[in-house]
Amino acid sequence: MSLPEAAAASEPAGNVMAGGSASAVRGRSPSQILWLKLRRNRTAMVGLYTLAAMYAAATLAGFIAPYKYDNARDDLPFYPPMLARVHIFDEAGNLSRPFVYHLVPVDRQLATYRDDISGKYPIRLFVRGESYRILWLVGSNIHLFGVNEPGHIFLFGSDNLGRDIFSRILYGAQVSLSIGIIGILISTIIGMIVGGVAGYFGGVTDFALMRTVEVLLALPSLYFILILRQLFGTGTSSTQIYFIIVIILAFIGWATEARVIRGMVMSLREQEYVIAARAMGFSNSRIIIRHILPNTLSFVIVTATLSVPFFILSEVALSFLGVGIQEPEASWGNMLIAAQSNRILNDFPWVLIPGAFIFLAVMAWNFLGDGLRDAADPRTLG
Amino acid sequence: MKTFLIRRLLAAIPLVIAVTFITKALLVASPGNFLSELRLNPSISREHVAQMERMYHLDSNNVFERYWFWVWPALQGDLGYSFTKSAPVSSLIGERMPNTLLLTGSALVFSWAFAIPLGVLAAVYRNRWGDKLIGLISFFGLSIPSVFFSLLMVLFAAKTGLFPAGGIHDQVMWGVMSPWQRVVDTLWHLVLPMIVLGTIGLAQYVRQMRSEMIETLSQDYIRTARAKGLSSWRVLTRHALGNAINPLVTIFGFSLATLLAGALLTEFVFGWPGLGTLTFEALSSKDEPLVMASVVMLVLMLVIGNLIADVLLAIIDPRIRLE
Repeated sequence: MSLPEAAAASEPAGNVMAGGSASAVRGRSPSQILWLKLRRNRTAMVGLYTLAAMYAAATLAGFIAPYKYDNARDDLPFYPPMLARVHIFDEAGNLSRPFVYHLVPVDRQLATYRDDISGKYPIRLFVRGESYRILWLVGSNIHLFGVNEPGHIFLFGSDNLGRDIFSRILYGAQVSLSIGIIGILISTIIGMIVGGVAGYFGGVTDFALMRTVEVLLALPSLYFILILRQLFGTGTSSTQIYFIIVIILAFIGWATEARVIRGMVMSLREQEYVIAARAMGFSNSRIIIRHILPNTLSFVIVTATLSVPFFILSEVALSFLGVGIQEPEASWGNMLIAAQSNRILNDFPWVLIPGAFIFLAVMAWNFLGDGLRDAADPRTLG
Repeated sequence: MKTFLIRRLLAAIPLVIAVTFITKALLVASPGNFLSELRLNPSISREHVAQMERMYHLDSNNVFERYWFWVWPALQGDLGYSFTKSAPVSSLIGERMPNTLLLTGSALVFSWAFAIPLGVLAAVYRNRWGDKLIGLISFFGLSIPSVFFSLLMVLFAAKTGLFPAGGIHDQVMWGVMSPWQRVVDTLWHLVLPMIVLGTIGLAQYVRQMRSEMIETLSQDYIRTARAKGLSSWRVLTRHALGNAINPLVTIFGFSLATLLAGALLTEFVFGWPGLGTLTFEALSSKDEPLVMASVVMLVLMLVIGNLIADVLLAIIDPRIRLE
């Protein structure tokens, strides 16, 4: 869907560039130029559209998911994915509205099921179900799709407790995807302050701050994160653990940012407009915040985008190791814990589906970050 | 060369002290210790727990005191006795260390063996489909989470039966194997974790190799070599490759930290008995002597790895002298 769209968008822009790059760029702000160049990059736009879709789905998780993340059907563990069992032809071979059969457990131990043809449940849109809230604000109980009780729809199958994996992926996205955004905001702010101060003042301040940065960059981050995680104990609520993880990751993640910004600030502080600002008697903090840092913005955006995967993957690692988001709350990392058992992995491989979404999200961020880096490179366009 | 090595190893001492001190401080500041569970056990008397607390020097909350109790014996070569595994820490580490070195070392060989030819190919066929395919592969390697990739590999092993699904050697047959069979068996278990861990670094190396090679191929001396009528194979291998490879050696030093962090997850999923899983278990059970010793080992591996990178660079680049 997004591919032809991206191609269509890039077509006229490409012609403008080929016709005369100077005229396309003249009179535009740096961020407009960045956007113009980004739009020509097809892979970057695919990444952007994928991310937009994923973040929108995560925000609307309550509406899109047919069940809540902790809705457990003890009698239906490891129900196979029904995506391939959604029928659109009835027994007579006539086209009908999509429906699923009632699946009857055959053997509880082996978690095998068979189709019960007498029980037919059409998939209905905008059905009423469990109530939910979107962004803590809008409450509702209407779900995008669902089937009538006692039928069930497990698009991606169910897990060991009979919970819908599709729904849990959507709720898990709220955790796993938002950690990237919030973490990068915090670490970028720290990185901008530290990098700005180190680059602007130089000398001893610079030396001390940069040695700290080097130590942070030299250590294997995951071990450091695990040791820091010990500080906070285990008996805490999920919300607390979420913020603990964000803070730990931001505390480690700012180093890359600070190093990039320091380098830029060091060259910017010698520019004439900075000397002019200093001559006008502005305070150091005003010069750093108002005059220097805004000029580093395009590089800040690029580094930030490329660091988001670090946050997403670290949350996955922590939750997978059991020291991150705890059950029954869903995160893409803790959903993979079930796959640690070879028997489960072998017999019910659909427990791996959350992993595919981690891969997709990280890939999309990398596509976008790479495109932004090319777009921010002044050598690519006049 | 000798003075360089000595200087670099001396410079590592403050780093080891800083990292171990921070680790100890974090362990002291974190709630509870490994006796917390014993304390909940009604069959163990309070006096006994208090006695153990004194014995293990866990009764003080003074970071400097606690650090001293660790560092003084450690300097004399005594890393202590593991709280949970009832064995000296040094023998536990000595048992696990070779496994981690084997895994990370072979992963490095794997990524280099593929990254260099792929990077060169991508540069030579720049902007053609081969380059785009290699670009896609490196994006894949860059983006795939090691947890997910490891699990996929375990699934592959379980479904096809071509490879063992975990562990370092065959549990049943190990006892009756000849030394040669043991080597083969270990290598057989090594293949999948090595691929997973090697792929993480692969993407980064391929991209670096490609851009360096493109840069090198545009140099004047390459044109001269071509003008002399040398075959393009000879130009590539004898003239371009040696120069393009230098920056790769530099990023090898940086990528060690990522490699060790990735090794933890890979070891965890494959049940590979390495330093990563040992450290994780030690952290979970607050086995302080074991945590401290593992941290020292990690830092030493990083320092020595970086040292090797520098020495390698000096060997392949005659402009660099280590004096």
